[in-house]
Amino acid sequence: MQPDKQQIAWIKAALFVLALMPLARLFWLGFTDNLSANPVEFVERSTGTWALVCLLVTLSMTPIRLLTGMTWQIQLRRMTGLFMYFYACLHFITYIWLDHWFFWEEITADIVKHPYVLVGFSAFVLTTPLAITSNRAMMLKLGGNWKKLHMLVYPIAILAVLHFWWLVKKDIREPLLYALALALLLGIRLYYRHSRSRALKPAPEVRLNQQH
Amino acid sequence: MLIHKKSDVLPSEITAHDVYVNRRQFLKAAGFGLAATAAVSSGLLSLSAEAAANIKRGQKISGFSKTAFGADEKLTPFDDVASYNNFYEFGTSKSDPAQHAGSLKPRPWTVGIEGAVKKPKTIAIEDIFKLAPLEERIYRMRCVEGWSMVIPWVGFSLSKLINWAEPTGNAKYVEFVTLNDPMQMPGVRVPILDWPYTEGLRMDEAMHPLTFMAVGLYGEVLPNQNGTPMRLVVPWKYGFKGAKSIVKIRFTDKLPQSTWMKAAPDEYGFYANVNPDVAHPRWSQKTERRIGSGLFSPRIKTQPFNGYADQVAQLYAGMDLRRNY
Repeated sequence: MQPDKQQIAWIKAALFVLALMPLARLFWLGFTDNLSANPVEFVERSTGTWALVCLLVTLSMTPIRLLTGMTWQIQLRRMTGLFMYFYACLHFITYIWLDHWFFWEEITADIVKHPYVLVGFSAFVLTTPLAITSNRAMMLKLGGNWKKLHMLVYPIAILAVLHFWWLVKKDIREPLLYALALALLLGIRLYYRHSRSRALKPAPEVRLNQQH
Repeated sequence: MLIHKKSDVLPSEITAHDVYVNRRQFLKAAGFGLAATAAVSSGLLSLSAEAAANIKRGQKISGFSKTAFGADEKLTPFDDVASYNNFYEFGTSKSDPAQHAGSLKPRPWTVGIEGAVKKPKTIAIEDIFKLAPLEERIYRMRCVEGWSMVIPWVGFSLSKLINWAEPTGNAKYVEFVTLNDPMQMPGVRVPILDWPYTEGLRMDEAMHPLTFMAVGLYGEVLPNQNGTPMRLVVPWKYGFKGAKSIVKIRFTDKLPQSTWMKAAPDEYGFYANVNPDVAHPRWSQKTERRIGSGLFSPRIKTQPFNGYADQVAQLYAGMDLRRNY
């Protein structure tokens, strides 16, 4: 499958609308008074979850290429990555505004003292330069360094999953699911990198394996 | 003679020819599908955290007297009290108990009295209702997670039940045991905590007039998700001290290990007194969010002993409350 330019534009438009749905849902639940008994926690959890989902979707573009050979979906990666930052910003704003009402002393103490907050905050800070350098001009300007900089997405993803993992009190089943998804996405990359470096060695049996 | 030996591979187990031929393609597609499903399904999970709607109202309790406790407090709405609960026996999310506690059967119900007592005995819940005149008390409840509610409980001082139980001189502590029935409680099929849920109090804490055995709230029998038919309420301690759906009360001479002490001893202690100066390892206890105050209201300051210091602080005179958290 290789959509043409026109189709890509449609796919992008559809994805854009789809990615705004979690936000629309929050507004809808807010207007209908359905944000649970603890609406601040609800909004905080929801925006954080969707930031993590957007991040995992962003990280799945390369595994899809490796597994299927398809490449067109890479064109969606910038948008899903920016949506991750969008939801991370909403998550952070909810935290400093609705949760702590700009009580900086308390916020600073919370970030410094509590590992789960610290890793989440670090992930957010590290994502900022990636969002800023996501446009074409910055890509051209940074040249080869752009790719190096954007390798930051891997530590960011690990910090984000840790943030969720350390937050839960006892039942780790939900963060475990995200950790497994991330492990799978990173594992596919590692597997292909490993098998490619093996394939580069001039060993005859490897060549045999390749002509399936 | 023709011996017809059945193949030990079932026809349903045989891989279809075209799948076999295209196995590499199949593996790729499966991997792709797995990656995509993992990402999408994890997102959908958060959708399932939907707020619980339409909380069923319970049977009215007749003949309880109002008291002056908490008369100046603004009550947390019933729907919030009955839809936002920590009751892991029905699941670990706040909305789980309201959704799944329907399987709990509050009648017939008996409570066993054990340990350091004159004579072990059991009492039916109907008789517990008649043990002492029922009264309504409005108490603040502060959860260790940093939120709080104001709840009009119906019940009686625990001391009334303890006096009836006739503990001996060896009774230094009281232990409360929650029902542990996988048929009624889907959550206990998962070993998230060391079931049954247990909690404990020192005898003087248990006999304190503020310590309350609740059988109702908002003038109605306790909703299942709030610990029907009988639960403990200790207003100056974090909410997890309030064991729900109690089936056993045991008097001991040794400090009982509560469920949360066993689960995370560095996070939860035996005393668990509300204390803004002693932080939980993962969050500060300085402030709390009052449930029911809406999306745009700031946190409020947490009070030592949840605002009940005048009545209870002397119980802990001379104790290091940093160490005895």
